[in-house]
Amino acid sequence: MQSVSTLERILRGTAISLVIFFFMFPIFWIFLMSFQTNETILRVPPSMVFEPTLTNYRSLISGTLEGSTATLEIRFMSNLYNSLFLSVTSVTVGLLLGVPAAYAFAKLKFRGSEDIAFTLLSFRFAPPLLVLLPLTIYFQKIGLADTYLGLIWVYQLIVLPLILWIVRGYFEDIPSDIEYAHRIAGHGFWSTFTKIALPLAGPGIAAAGLLAFIFAWNNFIFALVLASADKQPVTVGALAFITASGINYGQIAAGIMLSIAPTFALALYAQRYLVEGLSLGAVKG
Amino acid sequence: MSEIMLQISNVDKFYGPIDTGVHAVKDVSIDVERGDIIALLGSSGCGKTSTLRMIAGFEEVSRGTISIAGREVHMLPPVKRNVAMAFEGYSLYPTVTVRDNIAFALKSSGKPASEVAAKVDEIAEMLEITGILDKYPSSISGGQQQRASLARALIRDADLYLLDEPMGQLEPQLRTLLRGRIKYYIKERGLTAILVTHDQTEANALADKIAVMEDGEMQQFASPEEIKEAPANLFTGTFVGEPPMNIFDAKAASSDDTFAFSLQDGSELSFPRSAFASALQDRVMAMDRVALGVRPYAVQRSETGAAARVLANQWLGDQSHIAAEFAGGTLVLVEHDRADLSEGDEITVHLDASDLHIFEPDTGAAISHGAKLVG
Repeated sequence: MQSVSTLERILRGTAISLVIFFFMFPIFWIFLMSFQTNETILRVPPSMVFEPTLTNYRSLISGTLEGSTATLEIRFMSNLYNSLFLSVTSVTVGLLLGVPAAYAFAKLKFRGSEDIAFTLLSFRFAPPLLVLLPLTIYFQKIGLADTYLGLIWVYQLIVLPLILWIVRGYFEDIPSDIEYAHRIAGHGFWSTFTKIALPLAGPGIAAAGLLAFIFAWNNFIFALVLASADKQPVTVGALAFITASGINYGQIAAGIMLSIAPTFALALYAQRYLVEGLSLGAVKG
Repeated sequence: MSEIMLQISNVDKFYGPIDTGVHAVKDVSIDVERGDIIALLGSSGCGKTSTLRMIAGFEEVSRGTISIAGREVHMLPPVKRNVAMAFEGYSLYPTVTVRDNIAFALKSSGKPASEVAAKVDEIAEMLEITGILDKYPSSISGGQQQRASLARALIRDADLYLLDEPMGQLEPQLRTLLRGRIKYYIKERGLTAILVTHDQTEANALADKIAVMEDGEMQQFASPEEIKEAPANLFTGTFVGEPPMNIFDAKAASSDDTFAFSLQDGSELSFPRSAFASALQDRVMAMDRVALGVRPYAVQRSETGAAARVLANQWLGDQSHIAAEFAGGTLVLVEHDRADLSEGDEITVHLDASDLHIFEPDTGAAISHGAKLVG
């Protein structure tokens, strides 16, 4: 018995180490790259020994890219701000719309509710470009192209179905009798929703919000097509590092480090909710 | 004249479309007087919980009306019906302590804190949950949760108290103790309560009147004694009573001075004609077959009488249940002392005419109880 568990421990430790190495090494390598110049990055064979430099971060923050032949203006910091603004507002709007909708789908069985819920989910089935091309034309006609409002609207395609389906599972897990007990004790529908249903579904809502934030933050294609330079998030803005005079790997790496920092921090802080939220809520059939 | 607190009139419940959906409650009518405790008794799926939830307002009434204290409520949301309810699944608020769960409704109705605290303490003491008041629902046992849920309902000021299987999770001793206390609490305050249960002991002990339900229909609405002595039909007769009533297929035959029932195996139970009213004799003679019922407690072993052969003899600690082969079926009888019988023993049993229940075999409707014609 003892020997089996020792072997098991070793095997498990090895397996976990392999998985961590597999997933974390690229991030670790990018982290190292972000402190190097193009010359040290591109040397053959690669080496982990180098003289660290902060020039990559400095040029990103100051907004000037020192190329080998010319100096280039970049808007990395404003891109970062755009990402933050677009993600936070999209998720806020998504939660305001999605949570009550999820509650309705979970608790009030009405005619066609399943169909509507499925239609909302199906927005995620279509390739984004399929939606984007006609949408670009519409948006140009009604003046929503290249506006924050338009982008936030389109971001709902990503955020809303996610929030809706995760939170719905959570609301379904709340026994209706708990809400009935509150309502029969002299409270109305709204009070029951805010005082009983929302707190009980809290972890699920937090998980859905976090996940939606990460998806919105990582989105590339919507902003690429619909936003011009001053509205672009980091994902699109990073294209600027591919310049006529070459690819600035060092800046790209520094840009990546800066742009994954918020989601990385969020995920680390909230991983408990994420695991709980996803395993309890969405899996339920 | 006493006041009607709850009036259920011709209520139907369909799950799904009316007339084509599942017909869970069929044309049920019940009048409950103020201060009465009523039990809805039946097996799972008989419609008793659906009925309770329609009174509470969690299920729509498909047809018919429900009035509480003279006010039609079946179209009102639960919050406007002024009823309190203890749920079968307890349904405590998981985020607050047991104390706050119980006090919840009183607090939000704006009662002074000292009065609320006193009431919580009183009711917690009655239900033996004083020690767990400051715990959270997830850390207490099912039985404790159930009592907390019961306390949360009973503490309120409501027109009507709905109790859905309120004691199902309790240990037998505690159940007996609390039954008495709860009944006293309800009666002392003149409250009106509807109890849903599948436990006939609970219904008998708590209720002034019992509504026996089966397959969505109300079979009988009467006092526990009446249901025991004069069951309205075969279902009530066999459902209420432990062990259940013995039923035999029989055909009546009369001669000059005896009135007899011939049973399936050809044997005969004969009684003096004078034991049965003549109207009953005429009625039964006109029927092709009858279902003859007799309660296990009414069957006596005797020197002479009908022959039976023992199949099993069980001593339950305070009574013997003896099952015997009789007239092609099984007859169960109960004796209060240990019986010295074993499988295969021949016994003779005596049935008294006054203990017989006669039913229509097809519709199940009662024809007579104790040799007296129904109606």
